[in-house]
Amino acid sequence: MHDRVILRIGTKMLIPFILVFALYVQFHGDYGPGGGFQAGVIFAAAFVLYALVFGLESATKALPHKVVYVLAALGVMIYAGTGYVTMALGGDFLDYNVLANDPHHGQHYGILAVELGVVTTVFGVMVAVFYAFAGRGRAER
Amino acid sequence: MVLFGDVVILIMLAVTAIMIIRTTNLFVAVMLSGIYSLLSAGLLTVMDAVDVAFTEASVGAGISTVLMLGTLALVGHEEKKPRRRPLIPLVVVTLTGAVLVYGTLDMPPFGSPDNPIHHHVADYYLEESYEDMGGIPNVVTSVLASYRGYDTMGETTVIFTAVVGVLLLLARGPRSPRTTRSGGSVKREGPADA
Repeated sequence: MHDRVILRIGTKMLIPFILVFALYVQFHGDYGPGGGFQAGVIFAAAFVLYALVFGLESATKALPHKVVYVLAALGVMIYAGTGYVTMALGGDFLDYNVLANDPHHGQHYGILAVELGVVTTVFGVMVAVFYAFAGRGRAER
Repeated sequence: MVLFGDVVILIMLAVTAIMIIRTTNLFVAVMLSGIYSLLSAGLLTVMDAVDVAFTEASVGAGISTVLMLGTLALVGHEEKKPRRRPLIPLVVVTLTGAVLVYGTLDMPPFGSPDNPIHHHVADYYLEESYEDMGGIPNVVTSVLASYRGYDTMGETTVIFTAVVGVLLLLARGPRSPRTTRSGGSVKREGPADA
């Protein structure tokens, strides 16, 4: 892949914008289309693109298997944890109104928290599945 | 004009679907299914379901296509010829389809705004969500993350379960011969070091 200059430089230029766009989709989900699912997929797409152009080894050096697996599980924990926090504060499971003095602010915080959980899990899962497929093909060659 | 767009995209969808069935080159089929997803995303955008369109474009046209290409790298590009004529499957599929169509006859008219599904809780969500959520304008987000937060937690768990399944099936594959050959002491190897 060393000779494909345009592909390598183009990818390097694109990846920061893909990552920033994913973050925009994540944090703008309350106001426009998007949210955790889409942001997680786009964030993962940046790493998939990197792995396709620079090889799986470089990608796993930047983002090891273990980190990806931990992220996939961590997201579910963040989501469920939000539910337990609201219970500890005296509300129902995932009742965000108790997260702040003003129930409206509580809703904002709650939605932010669970969207963070969703994006973490989706990102971890997408990259992990890609690693699994790409890694298997490589190992058998 | 909107109707014209709908019709054009629907025709293109149908053409793409027929081409996917006709082709025997799996690489072409994967590329066409990516195009199919992108066209669906366009159709959903025309119908003002931008959140769904977004998901379809990123998951269906993006990640799925990459994963299918990864699969093709493992199984090869050409479809194998079927060994006998698929008569029995054709009968089964036709019968199932007929039963399903029969099942829809009792359903309320497709797309009618008076359907019960649009008036169970949807009215409340649409009218009160801005007030309830303290000014979050995207109703889809309010429903997904707050009103139906419990469902979304289930979805997140399903995605996590999916990756556990994929890792169990794929990630340990190439390693297993070596572990079985290493005498009596079979070391437990997690997917992390596969």
